[in-house]
Amino acid sequence: MAGVTWRRVTLGVAAVYFLVPLAIAVWFTVYNESRGFSLGAYGRIVSAPGFGESLLTSLLLGAAVIVLVLLLALPALLAVRLGAPGLRPVLETITTLPLIVPPITYVVGIANALRGGTDALAATPFWQTLISIQDEDFPVVLVLAYVMLALPFAYRSLDTGLRAIDVRTLVEAARNLGASWPYVLFRVILPNLRSSVASAGFLSLALVMGEYTIAALMGYRTFPVWIVTISGNDGQLSVALSVLSLGLIWLLLLTLSGAGRKAK
Amino acid sequence: MTVELRELRRSFGGTVALDGLSLTIEQGELIAFLGPSGCGKTTALRCVAGFERPDTGAVFIDGADVTRVPANRRDAGMVFQSYSLFPNLNVRDNVAFGLRVRRRPASERHSRAAELLELVGLGGFGERYPHQLSGGQQQRVALARALALQPKVLLLDEPLSALDAKVRVNLREEIRRLQLELGITTIFVTHDQEEALSVADRVAVLKSGRLEQVAPPAEVYDRPATPFVAEFVGTMNHLPGRVSGETVEVFGQILPLDNAAPGEEVDVLVRPEAVRVTPSDDGRGFILASSFRGSIARLRVQLDGGGEVLADVPGHEAVRLAPGLKVDVTLVERPVLTAPRTAVAAPVEPVA
Repeated sequence: MAGVTWRRVTLGVAAVYFLVPLAIAVWFTVYNESRGFSLGAYGRIVSAPGFGESLLTSLLLGAAVIVLVLLLALPALLAVRLGAPGLRPVLETITTLPLIVPPITYVVGIANALRGGTDALAATPFWQTLISIQDEDFPVVLVLAYVMLALPFAYRSLDTGLRAIDVRTLVEAARNLGASWPYVLFRVILPNLRSSVASAGFLSLALVMGEYTIAALMGYRTFPVWIVTISGNDGQLSVALSVLSLGLIWLLLLTLSGAGRKAK
Repeated sequence: MTVELRELRRSFGGTVALDGLSLTIEQGELIAFLGPSGCGKTTALRCVAGFERPDTGAVFIDGADVTRVPANRRDAGMVFQSYSLFPNLNVRDNVAFGLRVRRRPASERHSRAAELLELVGLGGFGERYPHQLSGGQQQRVALARALALQPKVLLLDEPLSALDAKVRVNLREEIRRLQLELGITTIFVTHDQEEALSVADRVAVLKSGRLEQVAPPAEVYDRPATPFVAEFVGTMNHLPGRVSGETVEVFGQILPLDNAAPGEEVDVLVRPEAVRVTPSDDGRGFILASSFRGSIARLRVQLDGGGEVLADVPGHEAVRLAPGLKVDVTLVERPVLTAPRTAVAAPVEPVA
């Protein structure tokens, strides 16, 4: 019984710690001493210039990052697991690097590369490619940067999932029954990894929806950048934005984890 | 469909798994690859399945060289040691997996799956998921799945080693029954000699990637080609003997030699069932221990001159031949194998 009480107390303290500030924040956004109760702050978000565009940009970036990071990490993980188990520590170290290198380093590196590249490629057809990956509405260069940042999370989620199944035997059983490699990957491995793929996807999305440094310094208007820009001069609006983005990410989390659970 | 292994060599780093293995498996035959772990039996099987490529040598299935054919285009169904059913698919879809890969219509897939599940005694289990089945049931499903495409060859990689003793015996009988019924050429890899001897048409005993002997079970047991086979298959007594010409003297008996003796002072290899034990007050030893196994009792006899002999006597004699009894030991008169003299003349019980 003491254990149960202890658990309840801990849960209660944690709930207070998390929920009270949230509740106060929500209260702040909907109540004003002079005007009383109003949802005006939320209305102002939606009508604020750039809301839709920046949100769309971020969601598109998120989707692209998820697809790319999965396409990159999953085959690599499988190949190492099946073909060169000795390389696992190497892969683990490589995928940890993005966590260690500070984002500002990326920005400097990417900016230099782009500048140098623009000069070097000015006379070639690749110059056009270089320009188009920096497109305002869908900056491919950000996708590449975010894939790097998402790699540690995706790698760890997928690795946990692969650990739970006997990959080699499943792959060999499928190969033995005539399955090609793509068939093995998409029809045998992926369905058995759904929840870890979902969590890799969610973590990547959460990263993209919250990343400010790189996008801001490179001058792109992603959702987090837009939040900072728009909220500078309106206290209520900025808190409403925080609440909204929190709610949005929770919603996405629930959707993704729901999709992961359905598979079981 | 015959399977031919020709001069297979394969090494992993410094360890040699296959060292020039050559063997032909006849149409409709069940051959067991038997040997201690690391003898290359699984590597040989994986070369046939296409999961390993030999460094040199070739694999022929039905006369065609398949050494370079990828695993998914070989016509060989395989059952694995560990449970290999796809956890996200139910039993029916597991069995029909190969048909699905080949884009056969749903009706054909379902009827074939039902037919095969019936064959392995799991009719009505189609809607269940692998985690709802026992180990033995899972291996039955795996067997049905391997047979669904009517492969030319069936490959069994220690399919029973994860199962309980009783299930193991039942399932091996059933595998044999199915194999005979379908007449499918089968390679059965095992480290369990009893399993190999009881189901196979021929047993191939491997050691260090080489073939020691391939012969019908009774011949492997009765006339082992090498001391290794004699040691690995069944239990052997090592008794000190002295060779003269074509005979060897052991326990005061003169027995004909079965192989070329490796010297004058040798170990004579004698099966426990070829040792006779009779109560005798002036016998040359006494019974040290007796372990009753139902149809037989295995006695450990301590010899007066030092050393021990294992002897199998009919179970009903176990009461009469109790530990402590003074006995005489004689050997059944038949040709015996000899091996180089080992330091201690003690019988060896195999680990398996």
